[in-house]
Amino acid sequence: MKHALLLVLIACAAAAAPARNSCAECHSEQADQYRQDIHLRYGFSCTACHGGDASSDDLTIAKSKAKGFKGAISRTAVPKLCASCHSDATVMHRYRPGQRVDQLQQFMTSVHGRRLAKGDTGVANCVDCHSVHGIREVRDALSPVHPLRLANTCATCHSNASHMAKYNIDTNQHEEYKASVHWAAVSKRGDLSAPTCASCHGNHGATPPEVSSVSAVCGTCHVMMEDLYSKSMHAELFAAMGTGGCSNCHGNHEIRKPGPEMLAGPDSVCQQCHDDGSTGGKVAIQMASLITKLTHELDRADEILGRARRSGMEVSEAQLRQMEGREALIMANVAVHSFDLAEVEKPAMEGLAIAAEGVQAGELALKERDTRRLGLVVFLLAALVAMAGLRMAIRAVEGGSGATETTGR
Amino acid sequence: VPTTDTIPKTEEQPKTGWLDERLGLGAIREFLAHKTVPAHSATVWYYFGGITLFFFMIQVATGILLLLYYRPSPAEAYESVQFIETQVAFGWLIRSVHSWAANLMVLAAFIHMFSVVFLHAYRRPREVTWLSGLVLLGLALAFGFSGYLLPWNETAFFATKVATDMASTVPLIGEPLARFLRGGDDVGGATLTRFFGFHVAVLPAITTLFLLVHLVLVQKHGMSTPLSLENKPVRQIPFFPNFFLRELMTWYGAIAVLACLAALFPWELGEKADPFAPAPEGIRPEWYFLASFYTLKLVPAHVGMVGFGLMTIIWVTLPFWGATTGGVVRRRRVAAAGALMLTYLVVFSILGHL
Repeated sequence: MKHALLLVLIACAAAAAPARNSCAECHSEQADQYRQDIHLRYGFSCTACHGGDASSDDLTIAKSKAKGFKGAISRTAVPKLCASCHSDATVMHRYRPGQRVDQLQQFMTSVHGRRLAKGDTGVANCVDCHSVHGIREVRDALSPVHPLRLANTCATCHSNASHMAKYNIDTNQHEEYKASVHWAAVSKRGDLSAPTCASCHGNHGATPPEVSSVSAVCGTCHVMMEDLYSKSMHAELFAAMGTGGCSNCHGNHEIRKPGPEMLAGPDSVCQQCHDDGSTGGKVAIQMASLITKLTHELDRADEILGRARRSGMEVSEAQLRQMEGREALIMANVAVHSFDLAEVEKPAMEGLAIAAEGVQAGELALKERDTRRLGLVVFLLAALVAMAGLRMAIRAVEGGSGATETTGR
Repeated sequence: VPTTDTIPKTEEQPKTGWLDERLGLGAIREFLAHKTVPAHSATVWYYFGGITLFFFMIQVATGILLLLYYRPSPAEAYESVQFIETQVAFGWLIRSVHSWAANLMVLAAFIHMFSVVFLHAYRRPREVTWLSGLVLLGLALAFGFSGYLLPWNETAFFATKVATDMASTVPLIGEPLARFLRGGDDVGGATLTRFFGFHVAVLPAITTLFLLVHLVLVQKHGMSTPLSLENKPVRQIPFFPNFFLRELMTWYGAIAVLACLAALFPWELGEKADPFAPAPEGIRPEWYFLASFYTLKLVPAHVGMVGFGLMTIIWVTLPFWGATTGGVVRRRRVAAAGALMLTYLVVFSILGHL
């Protein structure tokens, strides 16, 4: 009976033990990396990609062709190997039912895919971006394709001058992107929806936006600007000139925070084509002036209202109204893309009226504060006089004594 | 024998006023003329009971004025207070005075309580006066707790959530107690209307009753003299006008402090409560609940609640264990307990605020 019980326990222990993986005995570095891999979590071992029989210590069996051993996967074979599962909806439904299965198709349309198909192994394939044995989910902050890391991953190749020389591609994109308002949004504000490389270039179907599609790419997020721009005369002109719309003024990778200084002054982009004295130049200067004035007035109103609030005055309604003024400022900045002064004037005037209301409300509150303080001084003086009067009355009363003595209890 | 009807009215009859004849004001005058108050080096502490009463009267007056505009519903409470602050003439002053006076009233009540402890004024025959005073202090705290939520702002909303969560940890009755306070599973509109009801109807009614009891007992037993003067001749001054004028002077001082606070630091309204928003950082209750708030941060809630219960029992029964059966006051024991309680409240309130 005891022996039978022992046998059952041994059998249970054997069943509970993890499946044997002889690959790790020699390829310990890769095995270590694979411990963090998402595929291991779903039960895929080395043999899922490399074939062979990991349960055998015998190399001839473990690496037997009969067991489907593939060895190291060539760079040209990688996309199809990954696609054997990732392009199979039936397989993917078991693990990620909602995930797309057209990555290979997209990849084959990309510059990377097309070059790879021609035998250029210098271009990126799946493992260059997602890593080889330590693949993590995209949302994992340690994944090389997580929004916070993607630019660095692309830069591995695109900032490598010797590697890019043969493709005749500049290597300053990463440096420029790191100085952009988009990277600031991702890295400083933690806005993971802000653009990284793949947002404009695509991920699996990575391709540079053509001149004709630049505004459409930017318009994916900047809808209103794109709408106004596409209806403006500049859209036709820039298209005829064969230059990308938005990037003419804003650049491409190093997109800085826009402001009125882009319209007038030494950093004006309008002046690249329009002299100050020209009609276009004058319109640009007037637009800049309106936006600068609105910004200044809103700041002034905020400062006065803030001072009133810090003094304990209730100005929350006026401060709430100022938010509408800030919205008007945004609308005025957006309206610049129509290149029509009247379109900018409309929200700017609304904003200025709101700012004036804010200044007035703040000044009234500060005046009211001063009145209250004056009232307090008068009240305190009256209280002091009353207290002095009472003191005198007490002296007068106690001068006549009236005090008695009793036993304390 | 002539009847009273037949006696002709003559000029010799004593002169009495119209009101005296009907209300018997002469008896009150007589009472005031003979009422005396002990005068000694510790007399200054006597004024804090009167100051507490003065702040309570201000609360009643300003509370009634606020009631003219306040609307107790989640949709309108914040807006109505905002209206009081910005649109109603002197509304900001009334609200600010109401809020500051509430805090000063609790502060004055605490000072009054500790002066009673350290001067041993709770001793026989004033045990019931002590008990009624403690009930009044509890009612003042309940006023503060219920009134804090009424503006329906963010801080008040989440502080009430935390406080009612604390209440739910009271052994045995915690859950029903929390449900009773909230009027449901969570703080919401039902809590607001309930707290409003407590604040303007239930608590004032109970407070009026206990205040009367407390004042009647103070009149009955007179003001206590310090132990060092017991059974010794003590100078007595007339209550009216001597003590009354002094009391009036302290009230003027109190209202001057209140006016400075209300005018220079108007009570903030903050942001409107949003039950679906995450709790903002640094949520803490009013200063008089900070000590218990900090204690519950250090110890498990149910342990803390049992501890508070024991502390309350010890404090309430102070006049009974603070004296021997023969009536001899255990001065050191009571002074040590008072010092311990005062240190605990001050230190833990500061730590809770940091």
